[in-house]
Amino acid sequence: MQWNSIGEFFAMGGYAFYVWGSFGACLLLMVAEPILARRRLNEVRAGIARALLADSLADELDNGSQ
Amino acid sequence: MNLINWFKFASPQSFYPLAGKMIPWFWALATVFGAAGLWLSFFVAPTDAQQGEGYRIIFVHVPASWLSMFIYLIMAAWAGLGLALNTRLSGMMAQSLAPTGALMALLSLWTGALWGKPMWGTWWVWDARLTSELILFFLYIGFIALQAAIDDPRRADKAGAILALVGVVNIPIIYFSVKWWNTLHQGSSVSLTKSPSMAQTMLWGMLLMALCFWMYSIAVALTRARAIILERERHTEWVKHAVE
Repeated sequence: MQWNSIGEFFAMGGYAFYVWGSFGACLLLMVAEPILARRRLNEVRAGIARALLADSLADELDNGSQ
Repeated sequence: MNLINWFKFASPQSFYPLAGKMIPWFWALATVFGAAGLWLSFFVAPTDAQQGEGYRIIFVHVPASWLSMFIYLIMAAWAGLGLALNTRLSGMMAQSLAPTGALMALLSLWTGALWGKPMWGTWWVWDARLTSELILFFLYIGFIALQAAIDDPRRADKAGAILALVGVVNIPIIYFSVKWWNTLHQGSSVSLTKSPSMAQTMLWGMLLMALCFWMYSIAVALTRARAIILERERHTEWVKHAVE
C-alpha cells in the first residue's frame, strides 16, 4: 500500500485531475448507459402492455354492444 | 441427439427469455471483476518509476481501448452473419452492440487525452494510433446514424452490415499502428509473443479491469438487445405472451 492518508490517495501524486477525470468519466458513462438501456426496455414493454389492454377493452366493448 | 440445438436460440423468440436469464450473471461477474480490479489498480499495483501515480489511468484506458476494438469485431461478425444467412437476430445483435462500442471508443479517447496531457504535454496528436481510434468512434456513430436513417429495419441491417464490414479494415490498423508508424503512443503493454514489460500486479489489475469491462458490455448489450427484439417483434403473437 502506497498511501499514508486519504488526502494522499485523492491527490494521486499530483495527477488527481487526470486520474479521477478518467475514472470518473468511466463511472459516469458506465452507470448512465445501463440505466438508459433498461429504460428503453421498460418503455417498449409498457407500450406493448398498453396496446394489449386497449385491444382487450375494445373487445369487451364490442361484445357488450351486441 | 444429445447436442444442444444452437439454432433454436437464433430466433428472437427463444433468445429474449434466455438473455433475460443471463443478464444478472454478467452483472455479477462485472461487479466481482471490477471490485478486484479496482483494488489492485489503486492499492496493490506499485507507483510507476517514470509516471508516478499518473500511470493508473492505464487501468481504464487499456480495457476501454481493447473493448472498443473487440466489440467492433463482434458487431461486424453479427452483421456479416445477418448479411449471409438473413437471420433476424443477427441485425438486432449488431445494433445492440454499436452504442456500447461507441462508448468504449469515446472512453478510450477521453482517458487517452487525460493521460497524454501530463505525460506528452498535449491532449491530442494526429498520429496513427489516435487518429485510427477516432475513426473507429466515427464508424460506430456512422453505423448508428445510418441504421436510424432507414425506416425498414431489414434494409437498415443490410446497409449497416456493409458499413460495419468495410470498417473492419480499421481494426488491424489501430492494433499495429504503433509498430507500423512512428508515434508518441507507447507500444503494446501486453503481447502474445513476449513476456509483459510491466509489474505482475499492474498486469493483473489491467486484465481484471478488462474482464469487468467485458462482462459489463455483454450485460448492457443484452439488455439493449431485448429492447430491440420487442421493438421489432411487437406485432407478433409470442411478444404478447412474453410481456404479459
